[in-house]
Amino acid sequence: MSISLNGVGLIHANGQVALSAIDLRVRPGERVAIIGPSGAGKTSLLRLLATSLRPSAGQLDLLGQQPWQLGARQRQQLRARIGLIHQAPPLPPRQRVVTAVLAGKLGQWSLGKSLLNLLHPLDMHGAQATLSRLDLAEKLFERCDQLSGGQLQRVGIARVLYQAAELILADEPVSAMDPVLAGHTLSVLNQEAAARGITLLASLHAVELALAHFPRIIGLREGRIVFDLPPEAISTGALDALYANEQLQPLPASPAAAPVTIQIPRC
Amino acid sequence: MSRRLGNYALLLVLLLAVIASFGYLGIDLGALLGGDSLSQMGRYASGFFRPDLSPPHLAAIGRGALETLAMSAVGTLLAALLGLLLALPAAGRFGWLALNGSRLLLNALRAVPELVWAALVVLAAGLGPNAGTLALALHTSGVLGRLFAETLENTPGEPAEAIRLGGGGHVIAFCYGTLPTVWPQLIAYSLYRWENNIRMASVLGFVGAGGLGQMLYVNLSLFQEAQAATLILAMLVLVLGVDALSGWARQRWVSA
Amino acid sequence: MLNPALRDPAALPRLVLGLLALLLLWPGLNLSELNLAVLADDENAGNMGRFLADFWPLAHDDEFLPLLGRATLETLAIATAGMALALLIAVPGALLASRALSLSAAHRGGRPAWWAQALRWPVRGLLIVLRSVPEIVWALLFVRAVGLGPTAGVLAIAITYSGMLGKVYAEIFESVDPRPSRALLVAGSPRLAAFAYGVLPNAAAEMLSYTVYRWECAIRTSVVMGFVGAGGLGQQIDLSMRMFAGGEVASMLLTFLALVLLADQLSRLLRARLL
Repeated sequence: MSISLNGVGLIHANGQVALSAIDLRVRPGERVAIIGPSGAGKTSLLRLLATSLRPSAGQLDLLGQQPWQLGARQRQQLRARIGLIHQAPPLPPRQRVVTAVLAGKLGQWSLGKSLLNLLHPLDMHGAQATLSRLDLAEKLFERCDQLSGGQLQRVGIARVLYQAAELILADEPVSAMDPVLAGHTLSVLNQEAAARGITLLASLHAVELALAHFPRIIGLREGRIVFDLPPEAISTGALDALYANEQLQPLPASPAAAPVTIQIPRC
Repeated sequence: MSRRLGNYALLLVLLLAVIASFGYLGIDLGALLGGDSLSQMGRYASGFFRPDLSPPHLAAIGRGALETLAMSAVGTLLAALLGLLLALPAAGRFGWLALNGSRLLLNALRAVPELVWAALVVLAAGLGPNAGTLALALHTSGVLGRLFAETLENTPGEPAEAIRLGGGGHVIAFCYGTLPTVWPQLIAYSLYRWENNIRMASVLGFVGAGGLGQMLYVNLSLFQEAQAATLILAMLVLVLGVDALSGWARQRWVSA
Repeated sequence: MLNPALRDPAALPRLVLGLLALLLLWPGLNLSELNLAVLADDENAGNMGRFLADFWPLAHDDEFLPLLGRATLETLAIATAGMALALLIAVPGALLASRALSLSAAHRGGRPAWWAQALRWPVRGLLIVLRSVPEIVWALLFVRAVGLGPTAGVLAIAITYSGMLGKVYAEIFESVDPRPSRALLVAGSPRLAAFAYGVLPNAAAEMLSYTVYRWECAIRTSVVMGFVGAGGLGQQIDLSMRMFAGGEVASMLLTFLALVLLADQLSRLLRARLL
């Protein structure tokens, strides 16, 4: 099993229940889309699978290991095999794209190699090859604060592709792209997963994209799994029920470069 | 209305404080500006209007200026390293015990002026520029450490957290997630302090810590006004030059 | 699409910058004679340790405490008197250096005539020289001129701070809304009147705030200047240090810290009150 959740629940620090009694099994090589209204718990589920959040109940197995039973060092080794694509990739504004992409392998590189890579990118060709799959090769040496939101998202995807993770988790990976680009990017992700036989889990706001690209769809609402079906088995009625009474929320903006402010007492 | 009255009372108190200060110190401005002492001061000052521009003296000054520059630069560099090292715990990255301990240390380093540090270090490390460098480094690391800690606190943690989630260690996460965002600000702070330290480095010599200050102290003790005047000119050039240089560097690298 | 000979455009600048830094660092380390080992040296560490061990207990005998009190008061008085004298030089200097009261600018849309600007430069140059020579150098010069004691400290603060205050005041005058004073100037009022009625009301709060802040700085400075014999706490610290009286040094350093903290609070209070 790539992922196995048994009765997993998650309660945020403020007492809000994010997920409850989630049972989920994903076999290696499966490609799954998670859909659902805003606030359904899609991001929480993905962050839980990325070991960014710790479940408050139930049992969590990732790639055959229980991350929260492991020591810190082994957990870091497990994390190096899992790739999380953030909706707004948290990249330092002044970092260059090449460094941001190469940062995908930091979990596998030694400390010395990682530090050296900071001074001089060690695998420019690898980074460029990955970026060119996403039509971004010409941005290799640009700084992240010079990219648009959609381009930043693709840099975040390139980082995880470069990481060569065994399990890719994608949180709204194409939310800032136009439909054509979004379709193209999703097929790149799917090709990667199919070619290397790895597991792909993506949450998507656009239902049509999910139905078109993924062989298994999970509907999430109010922290529970509503349905878990192949796309052709999903009826319009099921979708309507899933998205009933949804309030539209604006997308979180990508992090902007904070202006440098210097205040020094001069005596 | 009462606020206004209060302000007037405050101004009156300030005025009284000024008068009391002069009274306490027993400074007689009249005697100071009176004919005899003024002409005496004039004679003293006139010695400074003939700076000694002989080549050997200029060469000595050049060496002293280089020494001063080196002291301030190396001292600031050391301080930046030590400050960053102390800023990490002071920004709350290693628990509250380390936070309070490092903050106390930073405050203590910062509170003691450079010249007092220099006098202390001269006792421990002997006369010479080494003592000045260490004194500058000690005081400046307190100042920079506090500024760095504030910068680190105000930096978003997500990029570093993302590296951690990708399996990277703490050091790597700091270098890839935090440092790219904060280094321009760290450099700007260090440059500002360097400007300040040039001034300080040129006077630390008064307590025997090398540089131009030591030469000036000797010259003035021997009543060599002409040589002292050249030294003061050199200090002026040094300070103005560094101001211009660091202003340029700040514009070039920090605001870009 | 894929470029086989991929080159990092930042590699060369980084290499050059790195080499340059090394090239500068080497003579820098030599000239500064940096040697951290002296701190670890047994004999030095022993000396320092004995001196620091003397810090406790703090000196607090009946002979020392009045001395400490007098030195502290002297430091406060030096700072205050120095600031008062600095104001006497700074305000006229700022008026002369600032463009805000230019008669030729009043009817030229804010741009003074070239000769008027040229006349301002000597004043500005003087202010730059006054503030760019470190205050402690002034203090040393005045100690030689008027003898040991607080007078030298007062004069040194007056000179340096007049340069700083003059520059900042001139900037403040130029940053406030120029229209009121210009209107007065064009209407024929004398410059001082235009200043008092057109500029001062808008600039006073900021000027006061900066002056109080500088006063706080002057207290720190006056302690440091004592080391060259300009009176106050610094002179006492220097004396005690020469006599290796650790307890006295510690007491005075603590007093200094308290004084700085107090000045900081007082200046915050005053600024909040006056703004």
